Amino acid sequence: MRENATSSSARPPVVRLDRVARVYRSGAIEVPAVRDISLDIPGGVFGVIAGPSGSGKTTLLNMIGCIDKPDSGRVEVQGQDVGLLADDALSDFRARHIGFVFQSFNLIPVLSAFENVEYPLLLIGVPAAERRRRTLEILDAVGLSAQAGRRPDELSGGQKQRVAIARALVKEPALVLADEPTANLDSVTGAAIVATMRRMQAACATSFVFSTHDARLLAEADLTFSIADGMLVP
Amino acid sequence: MMVRLALRNISRNRRRSLTTASLVGMGAAGLLLFGAFMIYIFSGLETGIVQAGGHLVVHRSGYFLFGPGNPAAYGIDDHEAVMREIRNDPILRPMIRVATPTQALVGIAGNFAGGASTSKTFFGIGVVGADREKMRTWDEHGASRPYVPDNRLNDPNAARGVIGRGVARILGLCGKLRVPDCPDPEPRPNASDPNGPPLDPALTALAQEERSGEAAAVVGTYIELLSATASGAPNIVSLEVAGVDTQMVKEIDDNHIALPLSLAQRLVYGRGEPKVTGLVLQLHHTRDVPDARARLTALIETKHWPLEVRDFREMNPFFVQVTRMFDTIFLFLALIMGVIVLFAVVNTMTMNVLERTSEIGTIRAMGVRRATIRHLFVLEGAILGGLGATLGVAIAFAAIWLINHAGFRWMPPGHTDPIPFQLVWPTRPGLLLGTWCGLVAVATLASLLPANRAARSRIVDALRHV
Repeated sequence: MRENATSSSARPPVVRLDRVARVYRSGAIEVPAVRDISLDIPGGVFGVIAGPSGSGKTTLLNMIGCIDKPDSGRVEVQGQDVGLLADDALSDFRARHIGFVFQSFNLIPVLSAFENVEYPLLLIGVPAAERRRRTLEILDAVGLSAQAGRRPDELSGGQKQRVAIARALVKEPALVLADEPTANLDSVTGAAIVATMRRMQAACATSFVFSTHDARLLAEADLTFSIADGMLVP
Repeated sequence: MMVRLALRNISRNRRRSLTTASLVGMGAAGLLLFGAFMIYIFSGLETGIVQAGGHLVVHRSGYFLFGPGNPAAYGIDDHEAVMREIRNDPILRPMIRVATPTQALVGIAGNFAGGASTSKTFFGIGVVGADREKMRTWDEHGASRPYVPDNRLNDPNAARGVIGRGVARILGLCGKLRVPDCPDPEPRPNASDPNGPPLDPALTALAQEERSGEAAAVVGTYIELLSATASGAPNIVSLEVAGVDTQMVKEIDDNHIALPLSLAQRLVYGRGEPKVTGLVLQLHHTRDVPDARARLTALIETKHWPLEVRDFREMNPFFVQVTRMFDTIFLFLALIMGVIVLFAVVNTMTMNVLERTSEIGTIRAMGVRRATIRHLFVLEGAILGGLGATLGVAIAFAAIWLINHAGFRWMPPGHTDPIPFQLVWPTRPGLLLGTWCGLVAVATLASLLPANRAARSRIVDALRHV
């Protein structure tokens, strides 16, 4: 683990992994994707999980994001042992505390940019007026006020990813996870997205955790976890 | 949001959704058109039956099972008092449109005029002409054939009646009565007497005696009606044939004779107390039949009358058989349509789920519950079904309008003349709502399977799906 700029070890961890392991099985073949990883991610950091393809970054991120379960070990997010939560409770937990930014943006194609951003607020029962205010605010913050009514197929790659960032942040989650968020963008757009995420993370005081091998993101990170063959490497 | 999302998802692949909705629509239209045809048939049949025989008939107990063989033995005593009670009953009065007595009879009809000597058995019915005429105007469903006044039985004192076309044909009266498309019988080549065997002398005497009292009865067409009186003695009356009244069923047409009630009573009861075999009630509305029947039954029990009540369905088993047959065909068609819609919607929704797997993973990751995913796809199936069924209703109504304005004519079973082909608007809640809701339910059920598949998918697998 490498810490940049500010020391964050004093802050309470937003994520705590304790000897987490995940093995993929295909018939008789077992492929260990993550092996006994323990780590803490403090609140309010811009953290990166770095490593080559197939190293287990995405699997680790999925378990932190509560969309995959470890075969052994414990995952705590915001102090909650997520392994104890039933499926519906886990969904509600994700809806309240975790935002996602995907490599392929994964916007809902039939909804406008505004509706895509508004959607997470609907899931947590925010009243209509409040939803509208917060949605417009965050779209303005990512510079997409003018494109609020457009559907994803009317937006550029960079605009789509900014909508995705706004969608992840609009509910003010404790944790935003991003799996290779700049991988599908050209270098200029990627740099702009990195800058946007950094700015938004600072503004929202949210923990961002990325999986990446983008050098720009690595350079921006407060905290870097390097992973190889499913294990953290110093 | 879920409805908005579902609607937009449906419009995402317009061609596929339109094809599926059209299929549901064609199913709905087919069922509604067939339903409209069924109602048209039922209404026409019911109208014909109620115009001829009313909704309810009060008979002497046992008449329904045994009376037709010997109607004279089942006369209702003091029928005028019974009829008065029925007509004045405060519950029945507002329901009754016509209450009229009838006398059924069986016997032999003979044509002995001008040297002819032809006879055949007949089923006769004595009626009050004016009441019968009023009954013919009943048209609750707008399904009546055009009303043509017929006053041939309206004179209660005249010995004048109408006969079935078949009776006219068999008795050789078609020429005399100028009945179109109705040949008189060929002379029998082997008969020694071209007029056939002579009538029994005793009967001939009875007939002559009957005629002798009708001095002026020489101009019209006459037949003799022979029957046994209630006491078993033979009796005969002369009937002036005012014309033919073609019946819908050949067997009835070949035996039908309608005559004034007084003449029928004279034939059956002779000089004895005139009775009747039935008190016919025609109601304003068919829906009142159960209430009216219940009241009549209560009245009969209270008064200790030896009578029984039958409704038009019991009196006409053919009507019940036809309705049951059509109901069965409708169910069979509905089943076929349902299966087609089921497979079409399953196919469409499965494609939708496959295409949106990554999207399902995304919204699940965002915190949408499995049940919400299931509801979303089921809602899409229901909306697809609803849109299709609504389209089908519109198609059916447009088709009915076109058919009804096309001027088609046809001859339904049991009819003697072509009638306009007019489908009834399928606005009966059971048919319209039943078809609409049924198809929407099938579409909804059909989407359950793919919806469950979508809901059960693992988030990480769904997100990886390309």
